Amino acid sequence: MKFRTWAVAGALAVGLAVAPASAKTFRYAFQGDLNALDPYTLNETFTLGAMGNVMEGLTKRDKELKIIPGLAESWEIVDPLKWRFHLRKGVKFHNGEDFVADDVIFSLDRMRSPGSQIKSRAPADMKAVKVDDNTVDFVLTSPNPILHYEWDTWYIYSKKWAEANGATQAQSATATSLNPFALKANGTGPFTIVSHEPGVKTVFKPNPNWWGKPEHNLTEVIFTTIKSDATRVAALLSGEIDMMDPVPVQDVERIKSNPSTDVLTGPELRTIFLNMDQMRDELLYSNVKGKNPFKDVRVRKAFYQAIDIEAIKSRVMRNLATPSALLISPLLYSRSAEFKRHPYDPEASKKLLAEAGYPNGFEVTFDCPNDRYVNDEAICQAVTTMLARVGVKVTLLAQPKAKYFEKAGPTKKYDSSFNLLGWTPGSFDSWNVLANIAGCRDADGKGGTFNYGGYCNQKVEDLAKQILVEVDPKKRDELIFQAFTIVHEEAGLLPLHQQALVWGVNKKTKIAQRADNQILLYWVQKQD
Amino acid sequence: MLAFAIRRLLEAAIVMVAVALLAFVLFRFVGDPVNQMVGQDTSLEDRMQLRKDLGLDDPIVVQFGRFIWNAAQFDFGISYQVKQPVTTIIASRFPATLELALTAAVFAILLGIPMGVYTGIYRDSWLSRIFLSVSLIGISLPTFLIGILLIYVFAVNLGILPSFGRGEVVQLGGWTTGFLTISGLKALILPSITLGLFQMTLITRLVRSQMLEVLRTDYIKFARARGLSDKAVNFGHALKNTLIPVITIIGLQLGAVIAFAIITETVFQWPGMGLLFIQSVQNADIPVMSAYLLLVAFLFVLINFIVDLLYVWVDPRIRIHGREA
Repeated sequence: MKFRTWAVAGALAVGLAVAPASAKTFRYAFQGDLNALDPYTLNETFTLGAMGNVMEGLTKRDKELKIIPGLAESWEIVDPLKWRFHLRKGVKFHNGEDFVADDVIFSLDRMRSPGSQIKSRAPADMKAVKVDDNTVDFVLTSPNPILHYEWDTWYIYSKKWAEANGATQAQSATATSLNPFALKANGTGPFTIVSHEPGVKTVFKPNPNWWGKPEHNLTEVIFTTIKSDATRVAALLSGEIDMMDPVPVQDVERIKSNPSTDVLTGPELRTIFLNMDQMRDELLYSNVKGKNPFKDVRVRKAFYQAIDIEAIKSRVMRNLATPSALLISPLLYSRSAEFKRHPYDPEASKKLLAEAGYPNGFEVTFDCPNDRYVNDEAICQAVTTMLARVGVKVTLLAQPKAKYFEKAGPTKKYDSSFNLLGWTPGSFDSWNVLANIAGCRDADGKGGTFNYGGYCNQKVEDLAKQILVEVDPKKRDELIFQAFTIVHEEAGLLPLHQQALVWGVNKKTKIAQRADNQILLYWVQKQD
Repeated sequence: MLAFAIRRLLEAAIVMVAVALLAFVLFRFVGDPVNQMVGQDTSLEDRMQLRKDLGLDDPIVVQFGRFIWNAAQFDFGISYQVKQPVTTIIASRFPATLELALTAAVFAILLGIPMGVYTGIYRDSWLSRIFLSVSLIGISLPTFLIGILLIYVFAVNLGILPSFGRGEVVQLGGWTTGFLTISGLKALILPSITLGLFQMTLITRLVRSQMLEVLRTDYIKFARARGLSDKAVNFGHALKNTLIPVITIIGLQLGAVIAFAIITETVFQWPGMGLLFIQSVQNADIPVMSAYLLLVAFLFVLINFIVDLLYVWVDPRIRIHGREA
């Protein structure tokens, strides 16, 4: 008896000394697929997040999205047109090669190759100059205070590996043959990919030679796509997976009430808002002829004040949303709290409509995706009902995203009068919002391509130009404040809310939920 | 016989072209694939260039011609989403679907025929009533509901079977099989019941009605009068004569099971062609959709062709044009 106890203790001690006490496999599921492993060919959060476990950028972002050093140990702005990056020494790629300045310069060229979808990570006229093996200068033609904001997802390739594998160019969307590297990956990150079957399963293993100090205790990670909401929930409840994203809002209580599972929620960066066509002289799909009611600020405000955002929050979103007065998440703009929504007030709304010459409202068609954002169609139905109360007769046209974006977007020349859209600024910065969704565009979409309503104010344009080059953070925030104030006052677009992130987790799993919805394995702890 | 086969083959070719044309017309309405291929930061110029490179701006006639020309050479292009040749993707997904469909069909036949025979012979027994009630459920409940119910009972509450996926698979040449591992076999159970339940009830009801009919015929009465055992009468004579329509239905339903495993595959995240097809529809991944539709059409044509030949072979009365060629 005694001998056996000692033997067990001894075995445990040896086990602890040699390796983690037991194999810790973390299984997670997402509704979408991980397809090509080339992170330059799909600029999409989930893919970038998954590849961020394997590859790394010069910078990283911490749990609060603050920029921290990644493959660059430090950087300084030598002068407004020259940034110097000091690369981390002694870093090796998974295949054993050293990480050097040439890899950074190569990765910049690759990022600009024709098939790349991440060309916006750096200005097109920026040059990279190698100072020595561990120092790179980036030379600009105009000051850019947010140059490195997206570099955490501009992953660095090994030049030698890419050349050996024919991966010097990003896989083109129209290539007639598959580049073999699209199913392989070689980075410097904390995990390596052991096997990858697109649409089925991907297996990761920790990289024992990673330069950083691991905060996870995993020995293996298995990712699976589970498309069906109900099955994803069932797989979590039955313990077959440790974590899944997203949880359908109607299943939150079910998962919480189960003793071994819980729900992690937090605000997401994406803002949901409504666009009103302010470009056409006559509104499409409406009974108003010869003019466009949305050109009148009173009509836009009337729409704004007709929307009971608290009802949308509590009924449609089951409190998993944060009403917003701005087109950007409060996490991304320091002075967000100074903005308040125009209050919900159907009477004021009716009065404004009457003043604008529509005492009995008017008819308009409302385009809406039904498989893109959380409860998107239900939000649109709620808005339709609310507008009916102030006399506006809305015909709702909810369609799958492939159809919706074709109709309401540039492909069909913004064939829509009123629509719903969501936006996360890729750079996590207000300028991106002002340029892409509130910036002027022409009828084809040149300019603010995602400005589906065509809102345009020259003052906002001028402010955006200044914001782009203003280096002083305080002054910059003031300029952003002025621009957002204009958009807010004239209700150029109607912000609704930031939807919430909802992850389902097994209680034995500790995971950091970052507001950008990247699932990062290097912060996962699994208990026995 | 040869003339018959050749004529059927020509007809099959016409059907395939018609399906291709129909599919192609439908693709005009699935939406814009480009927005699903690029990130939100991709510039308008790059988007328009991509449309042009994919040939989406060409006249429809040109696009259709190109599509048929390539399809005739088994080139269906590269998937917009997975970025692999469509033929490779479908080849890698086909084993999963075929194994699921065959298991479902075997389940449906092995249970459906005995249940049909039993309910045909013992019309009023309580067991027959149970069988018929079960088959009513199988016919009236939608597939996804059955799948979800099974998942909740066997995966969530009892925890004995997996709720998704194929388990571990073994690679045999170009084929992946789940038949050789425990987890692979366990993973097959719920999806194949879900997929096969409808077929099983169909077979049960068909065999039952055929049995009822056959058992009334004179030769059965004579057989009984001759003093043959119940077993010999029921199985040797009655069942044998019910099987001709049953075989036809099973053959046609096998095509349906392969083609319409879509819902079952989605519910169980079964990595087969149906799941691939659903994803391609959502993302307007036209190369995958077109190849899948053509493949399904081909399977139906093929199965029909085989069934037609079987008819001629099994039933001499059908040889109307049967002048030996």
